[in-house]
Amino acid sequence: MVAGAALATAFALKSFNENLMYFFSTTDVSAGKAPKDALFRLGGMVVKGSVQRPGDGLTVHFKLTDFSKEVAVEYTGILPDLFREGQGIVANGKLDNRGVFVAEEVLAKHDENYMPPEVKASLKAAVEQKKP
Amino acid sequence: MTLQEFFAMGGYAFYVWTSYGICFLVLLANIVLPIIRRKQFLRQLALKQKRQNL
Amino acid sequence: MFLIPDPVGRFFHRMASPPHFYAFTEKLMPWLVGIFLILLACGLYGGLYLAPPDYQQGDSYRIIYIHVPSAWMSLFIYIVMATTGAIGLIWRIKLAEIVAISSASVGASFTFIALVTGSLWGKPMWGAWWVWDARLTSELVLLFLYLGVIGLYNAIDDKRTASKAVAILALVGVVNIPIIHYSVEWWSTLHQGPTVTKMDKPSIHVSMLVPLLLMALAFKFYYVIAMLQRARLELLQRERTANWVKKMVTEQVQ
Repeated sequence: MVAGAALATAFALKSFNENLMYFFSTTDVSAGKAPKDALFRLGGMVVKGSVQRPGDGLTVHFKLTDFSKEVAVEYTGILPDLFREGQGIVANGKLDNRGVFVAEEVLAKHDENYMPPEVKASLKAAVEQKKP
Repeated sequence: MTLQEFFAMGGYAFYVWTSYGICFLVLLANIVLPIIRRKQFLRQLALKQKRQNL
Repeated sequence: MFLIPDPVGRFFHRMASPPHFYAFTEKLMPWLVGIFLILLACGLYGGLYLAPPDYQQGDSYRIIYIHVPSAWMSLFIYIVMATTGAIGLIWRIKLAEIVAISSASVGASFTFIALVTGSLWGKPMWGAWWVWDARLTSELVLLFLYLGVIGLYNAIDDKRTASKAVAILALVGVVNIPIIHYSVEWWSTLHQGPTVTKMDKPSIHVSMLVPLLLMALAFKFYYVIAMLQRARLELLQRERTANWVKKMVTEQVQ
């Protein structure tokens, strides 16, 4: 019984690994590794200065990056509170024939750091001082 | 910080207070229910013993 | 056995005797509740009032003070349940069986709290109540394991047989524990990586960390209190025909 359970778990893990790989990176998409004409998730950081709102509707255009390749994203809807430039996000949608990722859902991915705003500000100042 | 600001939780009052509310309801139930059931069980045992002694 | 000092050995031997356990836990209870309430008050005051808001998440991050300790407890209690289950299985110690099954409902509650508070935190921050990522899915599997243990125990009338069955199920389910812990590293998940257990550098400000650790300690004490309350009920039900229970009930009636 224990052996059977172990085997079942091993199979479950294997399929889990294949199907629940949560998102593709922008490099994967540029290399054509992402599925065509099918929904998938794309993860990356919102490129600073790339967020545009053409028209006055809820449509947003922005670029995602993994610091190597960039992918253009288009989304219409309400964005989570954490959505901002420089933020990591995961978008669910599909590529259109222009190579633009049309998102149906945008989720913000935050980091594991927790600190008061003043500390963040002083950290940032310290980093900028170091830059020549 | 005023009391109002404290309860507003920077606009996240619903999410924060619902979380704390559910958490403490569940935790309270986990302590109160076994105590009530134990008291009931002891009463049942006492009743049984009385009947046997009659 | 030679490695265990005599008084310690005697303590465990006495504790394994049901009447002693019942009387001792009753005396212990006010102390446990007192320490728990002090820790809880300090943790809540520190977490909800003293700690500053987070630079990214504002005040919504305050859910961390119940979410993370609950998630830790859900794993900790499972390990206790599997270990005491194994002890009961190997050495047939009745009290170990009782501790194992009494832990299950507390563990299930903490898993439920971790999932619900996580959902209430995820909605405003991530933008979704639930996502099928590895961390969330494996924690849900943990809830089902706990519910399976409770269901199996209640389905078998003979409680000693039930304890054996439950211990085997709990031991098989142990594989899920490292999966939950490492899920955020093995797979690309929406859930962020570990904050406190990260070794290289602390990634939570000390003013936020202290209340978190206080809450974690408070929840440990809570677990002992809740588990013992259930264990006392379980013990009485199993020992209803024993002399010490009869004597206690007689004294109560008079």
